[in-house]
This record gives sequence, C-alpha cells and structure tokens, in this order.
Amino acid sequence: MTDEDNLDADADLGFAPAVVDNAGRTAPTRTASRRPSGFRRRAASLAVLIGALTAVGGGYAMLAPTSGADDTAATSQDVEAGRQLYNTSCITCHGANLEGVTGRGPTLVGTGSADVYFQVSTGRMPAPVQGALELRKVPKYTEQQILQLGAFVQSQGGGPQVPPADADLRAGSDQLGDGGELFRLNCASCHGATAHGAPLSAGKIAPDLYRSTDRQLYTAMLVGPENMPVFSNNQITPEQKKAIIAYVQTMKEAKDPGGAGLGRIGPVAEGLVIWTAGLGVLMVSILWIGARL
Amino acid sequence: MTTTSDDLSKAPTVKGPKRFDKPRTPIGKAGRWSEDRLGAAGGMRKQLNKVFPDHWSFMMGEIALYSFIILILSGTFLTFFFDASMAEVRYDGSYVPLDGVEMSRAYASTLNISFDVRGGLVKRQIHHWAALLFMAAMLIHMFRVFFTGAFRKPRELNWLIGLGLITLGLVEGFAGYSLPDDLLSGTGLRIAAAIMQSIPVIGSWAEFLVFGGKFPGTVIIGRLYIVHVLLVPGILAGLIGAHMALLIKQKHTEFPGPGKTEQTVSGERMYPTYGMKAGGFFFIVFAVCAALGGLAQINPVWLFGPYNPAQVSSGSQPDWYIGFLDGSTRLFPSWEIRLFDHTIPPLFWPTLVLPGILFSLAGAYPFLEAKFTHDKSAHNLLQRPRDVPVRTGLGAMAITFYGVLLVSGGNDLIAKAFDISLNAMTWAGRICLLVLPPLAYAITYKICLGLQRHDREVLEHGIETGIIKLLPNGEFIEVHQPLGPVDDHGHGQLAYAGSKVPKKMNELGNPHGHKIRGFFYPVREKTDIQAELDALAAAEARGEHRQKELTD
Repeated sequence: MTDEDNLDADADLGFAPAVVDNAGRTAPTRTASRRPSGFRRRAASLAVLIGALTAVGGGYAMLAPTSGADDTAATSQDVEAGRQLYNTSCITCHGANLEGVTGRGPTLVGTGSADVYFQVSTGRMPAPVQGALELRKVPKYTEQQILQLGAFVQSQGGGPQVPPADADLRAGSDQLGDGGELFRLNCASCHGATAHGAPLSAGKIAPDLYRSTDRQLYTAMLVGPENMPVFSNNQITPEQKKAIIAYVQTMKEAKDPGGAGLGRIGPVAEGLVIWTAGLGVLMVSILWIGARL
Repeated sequence: MTTTSDDLSKAPTVKGPKRFDKPRTPIGKAGRWSEDRLGAAGGMRKQLNKVFPDHWSFMMGEIALYSFIILILSGTFLTFFFDASMAEVRYDGSYVPLDGVEMSRAYASTLNISFDVRGGLVKRQIHHWAALLFMAAMLIHMFRVFFTGAFRKPRELNWLIGLGLITLGLVEGFAGYSLPDDLLSGTGLRIAAAIMQSIPVIGSWAEFLVFGGKFPGTVIIGRLYIVHVLLVPGILAGLIGAHMALLIKQKHTEFPGPGKTEQTVSGERMYPTYGMKAGGFFFIVFAVCAALGGLAQINPVWLFGPYNPAQVSSGSQPDWYIGFLDGSTRLFPSWEIRLFDHTIPPLFWPTLVLPGILFSLAGAYPFLEAKFTHDKSAHNLLQRPRDVPVRTGLGAMAITFYGVLLVSGGNDLIAKAFDISLNAMTWAGRICLLVLPPLAYAITYKICLGLQRHDREVLEHGIETGIIKLLPNGEFIEVHQPLGPVDDHGHGQLAYAGSKVPKKMNELGNPHGHKIRGFFYPVREKTDIQAELDALAAAEARGEHRQKELTD
C-alpha cells in the first residue's frame, strides 16, 4: 500500500471530531481542497484551525490538573507505553500509522480511546482471527495497559474519549424511569428489554449486557462498536447515557421476585418449563395413579 | 341354639321399615332431608356409580379440567385488583425503576398486583402457569384421543367440541396475555392488528372494529378484559359441560382386553374409589401450578416496561400455544401474491390460512377416516396406536409439522444460545417443515408394523424367558414360555385380540396388564396378605382348625 492510498483513506473519513481534535494533521486541508471557492476555503480552514487549536488547548488545560494520577489522562509516558503495546499486538492488522490494512483490519484514526477501551476491555481485541463479529472474551491487558493503548490511539487519530476512571457513570435512582424509557426506545430492539441479547442477521449478535461494566456501556454507546449504531452525545446526552447505565445495571442486579428468572428470556423458556417440569411431573403422577388400582 | 338365632335374625326384619323411615346417623338424616326436597337420589346413585377406566392415559383431560378450575379461582382473585383501563397515569408504586413513568392504568394495576397486593405476584404466576398447563394438557389429551381412535363414531361431536375448546383456549390465552399492557403484550397486540389488516377486502375494517379505530386506540384492553373474564370463560365452561355431559351419556371408551366388549364398560366407580383418585389428582395439579407459581418467575412485566408503540424488544414471543403461528410467520417466504388484481399481504398466509387449514383438517379427520376406511359402525373399544399404522403415522406427521413451527417460533433464542446464524435457523426450519413430517410418517409406520409383528411373534412362540438350554446333542435352545396351549410344533394358538400382549415373565398372570411388582422377588400386596389372613380367621371361626401356611 502506498502512502497516497493511506492519505486518501484518511481524507475519505470525513470525520469531524478527528479533525477538531487533531488539528496538526493534513486532513482538514485535504477535505477542504474539494470545495470550490478559494477564499471561503481558506477562511474555513483558518476557522477550523483556530477552533481546533482552541479545543485542544482548552481540553488540555481542563485535563492537565487531574492528569497527575494514574490512568485518567494521557501523559507522554502513557502514550509511549501505549505505542509499544500497539506495536506488539495491533500493528499487524491496523497498520504502522493506524491506517488499517486491507483485508485485515480497519483504520483506527478517529476511533479514539473510547473505542479502544471498549474493544480491548471486553476482550474483543486483540482478535485471534477475522470474523463477522468479535465476541466477548477475557481481556488480554490490564486496565492500565488498556488506557495506555487508548492514549496512544487518541494521540494519533483523535476521536471520542474514554471517560476518566473517577467519573461516576451511573445516574441516581431518580433517573431510573427516564433511563428505562431511553433503554426501551434505543437499546431494547436489539439487546432485548431485559438486556439478554439477541441474534441479528447472518450470525451476528447483539450481545447480552449482563457482564458489561459502566464504562463499557458508556463507551459502547459513544462509539457504536461493530453492528451497533453510534449514540453520540448529540443524540443521547451524557446525562441520558448515565441514566441508561443506571437502569441497565439496576435491572441486572435486581433479584427476581417471582422465583427462578428462567434466563429472563420470556415465553419460550416458560413454555419449555411447562412442557418438561410441569407436565413431566403430572405425567409421572398419572402413571402412578394409573398403576395404583 | 337354632331357635334363638332365628329369633335374633327375625328381630331386625320386623323393625326394618321403621328404621328406613327414620335415619339415625347424621349422614342418613342429611340424605333424607335432601331426598325429601330434591329427589335426586336415583340420579345421584347412577352418577356415583359411573365407571371410569383405570388406564393412566385417561387422566390427561383431567389435567386440563383441573387447571381450568385453578384458572377460575386465581383469575377471580386477580379481577379484584386489575383495572382494565388504558387511561394514562404516572406510576408511583413501589417498583422504583419505573418510578414516574407514564403508563396505562392496566399496566400500573398489574405492577400493583405484583408488588403491592399481598400474595398478588404468586397468584398472578399461578394463573399464568395454569394457563400454559391448560393448553398443554388439552393438546396431549387430544393426542390420546387421536392415537387410540377414541374420536370414532359415536364420539365425533365430542372431538369437535374439544377442538373448539382448544381454539377458544388460544383466544382466551392471548386475551389474557394482552391484558397487562406491557411492552411484550402490546407487541403481541400490534402483530394481532397486523394479522387482522392482512385479511383481504375487510382487513382495515376488521382492525377498526376490534380496536375501535386505529391501533392501539383506547378501548382494546377494556374489550379484551370482558372477552377474557366473561365471554370466553363462559363459552369454555359451557363447552366443557357439554364435553363432560356427552362423555357421561356415551360412557368412556376402554382398551380391549379380557372381558372388555363394545357393550360393556369397566373400571372404578365414581364413588368411592375414582372420586378419591380424581380429587387427589386435583390437588396434585394444583400443587404443580402452585410450585411453579412460587418457584419460577413467569411474565415479569416490570422488566418489559409499559407498552409504547414506538418501542419494541428483540426476542418478543407469544406464550407457547401461539408459538406455532409465530413460527409459521418466521418461516413463510415474503411472497407478495397477487389475486384478482389485489396484493395479499404475506402475513395472511402463515397466520390465517395455515391455521385455518390445520384446524379444518383436525375437525374433518374423524369423518375423513370413516369415509376412507368405510367404517360406519360405532366403537367403544379403543385401538392400540400400533394397530392403525396409517392413523398413527398421520398423527406423528401432524405433531412433527406443529413441532417444527413451534420450535421456529423461538428460533432467535436457539440461534443465540447455540451461536447459529438466524438465517440458517430460518432455512433449517423451512427445510425441516417439508422434510421431517413425511419422514416421521414413514418411521412411525415402520415402528407400528414392527410392534405388531413382535406381538404376533410372542403369541406364536411365547415369552423369552432368558433361559438358554444346552441339549444333550450340543444344541442350544432358548426356552420360551407359551401364553396358551400349543400345537404339535409348539406354536401358540392364541390370536391377537387388540390388547396388550405380555412380553416379560412378570407380566404374566394378570389379565389387566399390571406387572407383578418387585425387582428381584414379587412384592406381596397388602390386599393379598389381608385376604389370606381373613380367610385364615374365617376358617378358625368356623372351627375348622385347618392349618394354612402363610408363604412368604
């Protein structure tokens, strides 16, 4: 693959957050170069550049005071450690510059630390083989390594960021009703009203959410991994995301007041129980009654 | 001595009539009181003497009857607290995750029953489990009637009534499933509305008629409530009454056996034995429903949330008895068939035409079989399934067809559980629906013939004793126990009589096919021991000091 191909691939992204968060790269000018008017193009480029610089500078200023701790914000050591992890485990499929390798893996430019966190902390990445979808596995890296890897990808391509470790991602119990409504409206059509998951077409699945942590739920909504749509902060605000997380986690932790939950998968399990346990006991009973003259 | 005994024996006969006039025991007094007012003793005597067959397979219909009684009892309790209104309220009950959510009064009152009414949740669950059991029991009862030929003349009408009970049971169950107005049941109603719309020509009007306008409207829950608690249960109770009345009028069928004829009926009398058995069995059925209601969660509507037409959950399934229609909808190709310049919606075929054909075939079967076999005579003796391989094969075929549809109704969950592609599940269902039923017919037919041959072989050669004998000439022979007299060649003379043929040594000696109990040695029944003791005591009382040895 030539260098030009890579640049084209970047340009085709048209991914606004990456541009904003990554002002130093060539992407803005290349995207702008398609536009017709020279003056407007230069003015727009300037505006984007100023905006991007302000965003990065402001963002850094906001994050800098809290970055002294362990894993919340990216230090240069974190980025360096992340680069080493990347070069060990990710580079084969995602390329030396996160540009992706045709037939192996997609570009990671603009995916951000949130996507890295979701994919690696759920064990989906690094993937042993190519497939229609990756399933949840035991993660290969520690939480700190995952954040370092995320910091590296963030530093290279920008994108949605993983929320810091000390952030409370669960809304209060007064938000449960709203969270439930949002969950049923946006999530239940694939994951099911009880979050037990469901198959999609052709072997793909919407996984169950019973092993997901708050941060995994949050980052999944933010980046929309695999077949899941992106629920950006414009569609579902961070507060609403936290309400959804509160609802999902409360529902998961809640005991079943009616007895055994039967997997919370509804009438199919119930039908199975009545035909095996219910009718089974009764058939044994009638055999017993019939045998006792 | 003789005179005194004569005097003593005369005394009661003189006082006899007076004693009958004035009963002394409380039961006797109560009987006299009611007889003076109702005059029902004659009819009661007849009913209490009604004879029930003792074969286990006759008790499957009773499961359905008893679960219907449990449904009435538990359902009546639920009506005290359920509010069949679609008026919007803001929930402020004790289930926190739905706090402040807009919902219908129906859903709010279901949550109230589940969380705030004492014993409400367990009653709801008993009611729902009993409903699933009611349908399952009716189905297996139907299987029994079908496979033994109990539907034949003169019982075709009862077969049709039974089919009507199953159909109404489907309606009743679906109405009850819809009442809580949760996300799952609302999705079911949405599909029901779509099915109504798919009817050619009248579809839209049918939906408007049922829902009082467009789906979901504001009246459907109230209408379904009356359908569920009054209309259909009333018809069900009436049909069950007719079903039982016909049964009593026509008497039970029974399996062929020694002493069983088309003109006689045998078994246990209603009072006391069968009444005790049936009463006890009612409590077993109730215990199973109560145990399931207490131990296994069913229809947790609080997890599903209130119905909102904008929302739908994946894995939304109907209760199992509607599952075959869900399956047929999943399997049917999305063909838009045009008839008379009108597009028939694809949903019409699997949800209305297919069940229409299935139920029509089931209803017509007794008449079709009579027509094709030229059998116009009445039958009170049953047939063993193996003796009518064609019917048994057809039954297996129908059950397999239904089973594939039923399993396909949950094919998404199977796909998820076993990591199979959902598309592969759909295609597997389509192929199985066409391939498996004929295969089931062929295999069942063969098995029936094999069982028939084995019966005749045992009648001819006797039971395998498991004893191998070495003859003086070195030949090994297996010793068989003949079932009756043998001819010169040692072959049995008994003809197959349509009843169970004993196949093991411990099945010998009892004409009703009950095995002698005991694993290594026969267990001596208490009744037998008591009979021997009684005989001994009687012998001693007669002064005949004949020693009778009690063998163990």
